[in-house]
Amino acid sequence: MTWADLGPLLWQGAKETGYMVGVSTVLTAIGGLLLGVLLVLTARGGLLAARPVHAALGLIVNIGRSLPFIILLVAIIPFTRALVGTTIGTAAAIVPLTVAAIPFFARIVETAIREVDRDVVAAARAMGASRPEIVFKVLLREARPGLVAGLTITVIALIGYSAMAGVVGGGGLGDLAIRYGYQRFENSVMVATVVLLVVFVQLIQSLGDLIVRWLSHK
Amino acid sequence: MIQIEGLRKAYHSRGRTVVAVDGVDLEVREGEVYGVLGRSGAGKSTLLRCVNLLERPDAGTVTVDGVDLTALPERRLRQHRQRIGMIHQHFALLSSRTVAGNVAFPLEVMGVDRRERAQRVAELLDLVGLGDRARAYPAQLSGGQKQRVGIARALAGRPTVLLSDEATSALDPETTASILELLRDLNRRLGLTILLITHEMEVVKRICDSAAVLREGRIVESGRVRDLLTRPGSALGQEIFRLGPPPDLPGTTIVDVTLPDDSAGRSFVADLARRYDVDVRILAGSIETVADGQAGRLRIALPGSAEVNEAPLRRLREAGLAVEVAR
Repeated sequence: MTWADLGPLLWQGAKETGYMVGVSTVLTAIGGLLLGVLLVLTARGGLLAARPVHAALGLIVNIGRSLPFIILLVAIIPFTRALVGTTIGTAAAIVPLTVAAIPFFARIVETAIREVDRDVVAAARAMGASRPEIVFKVLLREARPGLVAGLTITVIALIGYSAMAGVVGGGGLGDLAIRYGYQRFENSVMVATVVLLVVFVQLIQSLGDLIVRWLSHK
Repeated sequence: MIQIEGLRKAYHSRGRTVVAVDGVDLEVREGEVYGVLGRSGAGKSTLLRCVNLLERPDAGTVTVDGVDLTALPERRLRQHRQRIGMIHQHFALLSSRTVAGNVAFPLEVMGVDRRERAQRVAELLDLVGLGDRARAYPAQLSGGQKQRVGIARALAGRPTVLLSDEATSALDPETTASILELLRDLNRRLGLTILLITHEMEVVKRICDSAAVLREGRIVESGRVRDLLTRPGSALGQEIFRLGPPPDLPGTTIVDVTLPDDSAGRSFVADLARRYDVDVRILAGSIETVADGQAGRLRIALPGSAEVNEAPLRRLREAGLAVEVAR
């Protein structure tokens, strides 16, 4: 395979990976934040302490995190069809990616928020702050560096998961590596996709670190 | 200004019940600095957190500025909390906000508009002597500066009452002194009523008008610091004037004399020597400047048994000195 053939393939794969990971990152950020915040609030001694709710959320998160991604991908096919109307293609791959990443990120959110000094929360309450004010102006704001660092980890995990999206015809760089590099012994494709993935991960990690450093004042 | 009546708070964990505050009554008058002294685990932190209802007491009432806080619904309670400042041992500043941002926080909660906020923040930072550090982050400040930010933040809502939760316990002695001075100054200039909890006698000595000693969730004594110190047998007095256990000196009477505030009564050693021709031996003594006055205790030994010394002891009592025979 020549570079002239390889170029468009790689470009197509990179676009697909970027699309899948990009959209599922946005959805995961929203879903994970919501779930993570709820986990903290409903915990014992939390601002909305409710033990049954906390236990139920915890169970859902743990189930989501127990399933190997490849199994999840297949298992939720009916759900994917109901949601996006198809079970193959890039859009169909976004559903399982998001479903897998939300519990993962939710735990990271929970941990990051738990790191916020309890005294600071007490101080905010003593100043008459309401629960929404405490969540948005204290918890999420103080946890920002941890949240961004956690989101960086999540994005990179998503890139890894997206390699399996080929199973449902999602495409992407991982799929390219499997179909051309592995199944057809095109070593040049394998090397090129791996290099591209390494560059992707490196860029995202550096960007994440940069933002964390900019947000952190500890 | 603050009335606490019949306050009780217990914690339950794993089937065990720990009573942190066990029936406390306490009154803080307007404009005074009131210190609650106790060791860690005595329940003082819980007591303080019950005043602005960060902890909801199991029983009892807390009245601040004429309003029974325990009877208020959540929303009204939040409004009242804005009028009660609080400072914390570990400062409890938002690390993601600048100094100015931290002081602005309570103003945002109160719904003060941006322009007024900026003006008020500048005033407050000047008040605590940090006008030039507005744009710094807490991590860039020393402990003393952080507590000054904490104080500025606590004063943002023009509170009538300030609660201080071990505010100087994480600071070195010099910084402690400067923070206490600032609190004293705010108390005098703004008429701010301060209720503080501490395990440091130094804090009570330096700035408290009144004090209570808390042990195992109960108040063992309370009152004006000066009165307590001149009261024989006072727990506060014993803490401040550490004379230790009396030595074993056969053939003598060992007496602890609590010195009065005025200096006139202090010439009693010479008086006894002249009048009864006894050798008064001074064994131990401690004189402290407390609440702008002086108080002290002196341990003396008189030759002979207590019966033999009946006349000299009566003489001391008649002179207005509090006398306890220690041995």
